[in-house]
Amino acid sequence: MSDTHAQTVRFVRDSMIEPQEPPISETGVIRWVRENLFSGWLNILLTVVSLAVIYFALSHLLPWFLQMVWNAGSLSECREIRNERYGPDAASACFAVIRERWHQLLFGFYPVEAYWRAVLGFVVFLAGMSPVLFTSLPRKLLWASAATPFVCYALFWGGSIWGPVATALGFAIGAGAYSLGFRAGGKLAASIAAIVVPILYWLFLAGPLARALTGIAPIGLPFIPSDDFGGFMLSTIIGLSAILLSLPLGILLALGRQSHLFIINKVSIGFIEIIRGVPLIVWLFTASLLLNYFLPPGTNFDLMLRVIIMATLFSSAYIAEVVRGGLAALPSGQYEGADSLGLDYWQSMRLIILPQALKISIPGIVNTFIGLFKDTTLVVFIGLLDPIGLSNSIRATTEWNGIYWELFVFIGVLFFICCFSMSRYSIYLERKLQRENR
Amino acid sequence: MTDAALEVEQRREIDRSQMTVSDEVAIQITEMNKWFGSFHVLRDINLTVYRGERIVICGPSGSGKSTLIRCLNALEEHQAGRIVVDGTELSSDLKNIDTIRSEVGMVFQHFNLFPHLTILENCTLAPLWVRKTPKKEAEETAMHFLEKVKIPEQADKYPGQLSGGQQQRVAIARSLCMKPRIMLFDEPTSALDPEMIKEVLDTMIELAEEGMTMLCVTHEMGFAQAVANRVIFMDQGQIVEQNEPKEFFNNPQSDRTKLFLSQILGH
Ligand SMILES: Nc1ncnc2c1ncn2[C@@H]1O[C@H](COP(=O)(O)OP(=O)(O)OP(=O)(O)O)[C@@H](O)[C@H]1O
Ligand SMILES: [Mg+2]
Repeated sequence: MSDTHAQTVRFVRDSMIEPQEPPISETGVIRWVRENLFSGWLNILLTVVSLAVIYFALSHLLPWFLQMVWNAGSLSECREIRNERYGPDAASACFAVIRERWHQLLFGFYPVEAYWRAVLGFVVFLAGMSPVLFTSLPRKLLWASAATPFVCYALFWGGSIWGPVATALGFAIGAGAYSLGFRAGGKLAASIAAIVVPILYWLFLAGPLARALTGIAPIGLPFIPSDDFGGFMLSTIIGLSAILLSLPLGILLALGRQSHLFIINKVSIGFIEIIRGVPLIVWLFTASLLLNYFLPPGTNFDLMLRVIIMATLFSSAYIAEVVRGGLAALPSGQYEGADSLGLDYWQSMRLIILPQALKISIPGIVNTFIGLFKDTTLVVFIGLLDPIGLSNSIRATTEWNGIYWELFVFIGVLFFICCFSMSRYSIYLERKLQRENR
Repeated sequence: MTDAALEVEQRREIDRSQMTVSDEVAIQITEMNKWFGSFHVLRDINLTVYRGERIVICGPSGSGKSTLIRCLNALEEHQAGRIVVDGTELSSDLKNIDTIRSEVGMVFQHFNLFPHLTILENCTLAPLWVRKTPKKEAEETAMHFLEKVKIPEQADKYPGQLSGGQQQRVAIARSLCMKPRIMLFDEPTSALDPEMIKEVLDTMIELAEEGMTMLCVTHEMGFAQAVANRVIFMDQGQIVEQNEPKEFFNNPQSDRTKLFLSQILGH
């Protein structure tokens, strides 16, 4: 601006312009619709086609769903009611089968009078895990989380409570052995003692101890064998156990695969590649058939436990690879920073490396868990009665012969609720961690 | 010489009362060699660092300065020769390595703060887990050193919320919390803007004034002239020349040094 210009055209605003509403075409529904649905010829076309597809799908599904029949004793009764109400050939969902058999789909052949134990078991499980899932809860509650698996076992399977108690005692013994070993011979001796002593205890002492205590004070719920477990409860127990166990195992495998120690490195790689390279169904058959050949004759190794072990091993291999990705994504400066402060290997892993690597890996880990949870339905092939297996047996009865969709919709909804919750939780966790350390 | 470093020197008189070099040996390197695969990075390094010395290491890129300094706390392994730090020989014994690392502080070019921990947690982590200091005491020490580097008010923030200069000062405070007897710096200012270089150099000068033994890889020649008592010039993995700063800058002996100095001071 030249001097002359500045002097000839002077301007001083003395009343300010108040803010005004944007024009109607720029706000609210109209703007949203225009921008998101009709912003160009291609978009208009796509919108119209999509609406048509949605209409087509709903026009077939909704009548079926809305014209549902809840009170009937068999499929033919359902059909009669439909004919009466909506006329023959009308699409109609016969949810009566769910109404009559829901307990079987949920609990299998678990005794009816013990349903409360299963429900309580899941409530205890969720409550017990909440300190792990939500870090805002007091950290002291983690002790309650540690006790949760044993309480759940005592509820689901029952039997003398001294069995789980004696088993849990093994961990306390391990901790004791560690601190004694640490005083006597340093870290290595302590680590070996902490592994060997509890295993010896579990093999030789825990059983007699539990029996002796049961003899003195027989407390406990009636025992329910694994064979009676079934339905969605079975899927959930297998799925959640495998999820819980495979996370620590997967982390150890990932660290092993990064290790510079030759044997540990090669064993981890071999384990991961072999487990990952073979379909889960093959491992499940191995669990149900082959394992018996390797075990001494006469030992009856619970099939459900075998399946849990196989599912754990299987998903731990996947977790290991996901976590390895997280480890690799960390800049080497983090390792060097931790090293330069004098932290030892386990300290730097636990305090510096894993918290960051796991944070990066959350989506992948949850993805693996969701996959594992749905894969538990494969146990139907080795004769366990998961919801799919039960739906088969329900359809085999004369009353419900010929019914498909209603059962599968029900099972699908159950699985969807669980998987969707996991997904939501992972998003919550990611957001929280992101907020915490930007 | 960068402007920032010059300014540092001009702004205040450096207090030399405690900058004394004792005849106690802090680091002794004899006939040290290192290879990366078949590449001979460090060749026949001999160096004795006395307690209280402030040594600046300079040299062209790729000459092995970082590698040398990283060998001193076993971030890199040397293949031949001896390194004795604070009376402990660096061998493959993990226990020795962890002891030396807790006695020797290190500051990196890229700070290497832990982004998932607050500034305070960054500073208390090693004292808590390595020294087993009680939490309260560790926090007091941390606040003391954060005040020293002039950012106590940032204690509850996360590293990502701080400027580069502030992060580097936190990194220095984090090392100091372990009460190290020797501090290693690997180009602590070369990832920073001029304004921030000044604040970090100020902190380092203060440290030198207190008599800390320091080995510092840097191209801040103003800093070298102001506080160093010895400048080491490295090229192709060897120590080519070492001298006190005045002599080193005014009267370099080898051709390589002359060339290097003309390149770095000339423009
Ligand atoms: N991990 C490694 N593996 C192989 N070669 C390496 C490794 N680290 C460094 N080198 C090589 O060793 C030589 C010395 O590297 P160093 O980082 O010590 O140099 P520098 O003097 O610090 O250089 P700059 O001033 O660029 O930081 C370089 O040629 C580099 O390529
Ligand atoms: Mg370097």
